[in-house]
Amino acid sequence: MAKVHVRTEINGEPVEFLAEPRQSLLEVLREELGLTGTKEGCNNGNCGACSVIFDGRVVNACCVLAVEAEGARIVTIEGIARDGELHPLQQAFLEEAALQCGICTPGIIVAAKALLDREPNPDELRVRHWLAGNLCRCTGYDKIVRAVLAAAERLQAQEVPQR
Amino acid sequence: MRAFDYAAPRSLDETFPLLADGRRVRFLAGGTDIIVQLREGRAECDLLVDLKRIPELRRIEIRPDGTLAIGAAVPCAEVYEHPEVRRRWPALVDAASLIGGIQIQSRASLGGNICNASPAADSVPALIVLGARLVLASARGERELPIEGFFRGPGQTVLQPGELLVRIEVPPLPPCSGARFLRFIPRNEMDIAVANAAAFLRLDDDGRIAQARVALGAVAPTPLLVAEAGELLAGQQPNDELFARAGELAAAAARPITDVRGSVLQRRHLARVLTVRALRGALARAQEGS
Repeated sequence: MAKVHVRTEINGEPVEFLAEPRQSLLEVLREELGLTGTKEGCNNGNCGACSVIFDGRVVNACCVLAVEAEGARIVTIEGIARDGELHPLQQAFLEEAALQCGICTPGIIVAAKALLDREPNPDELRVRHWLAGNLCRCTGYDKIVRAVLAAAERLQAQEVPQR
Repeated sequence: MRAFDYAAPRSLDETFPLLADGRRVRFLAGGTDIIVQLREGRAECDLLVDLKRIPELRRIEIRPDGTLAIGAAVPCAEVYEHPEVRRRWPALVDAASLIGGIQIQSRASLGGNICNASPAADSVPALIVLGARLVLASARGERELPIEGFFRGPGQTVLQPGELLVRIEVPPLPPCSGARFLRFIPRNEMDIAVANAAAFLRLDDDGRIAQARVALGAVAPTPLLVAEAGELLAGQQPNDELFARAGELAAAAARPITDVRGSVLQRRHLARVLTVRALRGALARAQEGS
């Protein structure tokens, strides 16, 4: 099958690639573009490890074909920190020890960023529901939820512009 | 995953010729079912037609007569975030906000949930009780039918080769009416229904039930409209005893199977309990005038 030429934007940079229609966005991010921060967990839409922000909405990159990225704006975990500075979410995950094995962490940080971009001040229940599509088999979630709430508080206190 | 070609037509007129050259075609809207099915070999195609570049399939429109028209490729999140949908059709919000987690809701469409034709599809019982109609299009033109007439069995629909679902039309709720959708799963979210149920009630000036509809999912090969429950309820004063009898009729109408998610016994029980609770929820909404 002929490869398709795809023009997209990833982490603020224009990116072009060739993809077979059957290749997922996850596959192309990791294997063609070297963006291996986005993890493959279940590869069937259940675990959220491959969460990326696609046109402003958090999606599973395993359930999006790379060819669907034509004209889209994508943010991956590699685009969360800026100028060598960790995003407050990343800082909070370190301080709250909100990770153990770390496989789910990029997806959770991306999903949490999508939440805080929309709702800067979510309560605990909202955070738990929003992150329901992100499985973590190590932490039991409490530290993750605490980290997201701490980052929300910090973002609001600092009035860091949402990006 | 087996290789296939990909097309992203910009209009229905560009779409129909793609369906006529003998290749096995599948449609792509949100992709959360079909991409996984293709990957796992549970579906095969020569050509995958992405419907998301067709503007009319991506639109939510409220017509002057109050009808809600949802393009078949509109993602669930756009449905439940829509302020007028939230205000006027909360039962649809009940369902759309329960399908998968946020990552799924960002992509998965009501059209895909319907065409995937799972007996457990969460959007379908809500759409049945709301009186939704489906508009199907092919090169020969459009036809429409009530959503409860769309399903033939698990994964089976009345769609003909060369035909696709283009939009879902939901009539305006009459005054003094309300609807509610409920689902049972063993966890709080992110699961497939063991059973689900929806109810619609319209009250007359005396607070009696003028019209009722009850629908069930995951308890039969297709989602079910339980007409006998609607007949029992019509003309009656709403109360718990009446709702309990409607629940018994729903349980009797269920034809469930035992599988990994639940047993025949549990599903019959759930059909009854969810029907009663959905009726209570519909009544509360009808009484608050939403």
